Amino acid sequence: MQDLSLHLLDLVQNSITANASLIEISIEEDKKEDWLNIVVEDNGKGMDKETMEKAVDPFYTTRTTRKVGLGLPLFKATAQRCGGDLKIQSTVGQGTRIQIGLKLSHIDRPPFGKIEDTIVSLILCNDEIDFVYSHKTNYGEFILDTREVRKVIGELPINNVEVITWIQSYIREGLNEINGGVL
Amino acid sequence: MKTLKELEEIRQRTLEEVNLRKDRKGTRVVVGMGTCGISAGARPVLLAFVEEIKKRNLQHVTVTQTGCAGVCRLEPMVDVYMPDQEKVTYVNMTPEKVKRVVAEHLVNGQVVKEFTIGAVEKKD
Repeated sequence: MQDLSLHLLDLVQNSITANASLIEISIEEDKKEDWLNIVVEDNGKGMDKETMEKAVDPFYTTRTTRKVGLGLPLFKATAQRCGGDLKIQSTVGQGTRIQIGLKLSHIDRPPFGKIEDTIVSLILCNDEIDFVYSHKTNYGEFILDTREVRKVIGELPINNVEVITWIQSYIREGLNEINGGVL
Repeated sequence: MKTLKELEEIRQRTLEEVNLRKDRKGTRVVVGMGTCGISAGARPVLLAFVEEIKKRNLQHVTVTQTGCAGVCRLEPMVDVYMPDQEKVTYVNMTPEKVKRVVAEHLVNGQVVKEFTIGAVEKKD
């Protein structure tokens, strides 16, 4: 994957497949501690212990179209390459929480990429799922909650292209602000 | 700065258009978003469709996603479902190719044959 936003897009596909109705994505950049935390938490069907252990094995997948499952192993490899790791917590029937931690200034850390594009792609294709995206830096915090957006747009579908484009610029501006104008 | 008030305006402006076109049969664009698709560039392809649809105000077209179809080497792949037409599968897509697919296929109903899986597979 070229950047972290693509890893994230790939990771969240698992939550979608697990029939989640609420997916929370939290990113925390701590420049003082030189650490980056990414958490994806869903209320999907969850995994048992055995599946959870196999999930990071590239030769394990629940899909039938092919024999490999690379999403989680690739992200884990990226985290480990940057002095961090990927951890899975899951309870059957309750949901899954994936936590990725890595060293922010590590030379191998991929750039963030277009996180706004990842978030709008997810909303566009999964209009029945609610997403909460929060991003914290040392300068401030940005939060997008699709439940709040739905309150404003009423009966207009959230995947309407005008709404999607608005969300895209809203995130871009929000991120710009909490990065002190630098992305 | 983007504000919620703007969103409210979008709602009022767009809702009328959506209601006007409710009776029209829709076209569905489905982009493959498995690990293979994403790493091959499915996201810019997906968002290029959104941009073109917005530019041309095509209210009857919806864009959505699917997983991996098993032919990872041909990603990014896009399926187009139009009413009363057989499914068309486009392969090795790019945002540039999307512009042509939208103009020629979604708007004018002419399949862009050279981008379809049939044409590409024959060439290989």
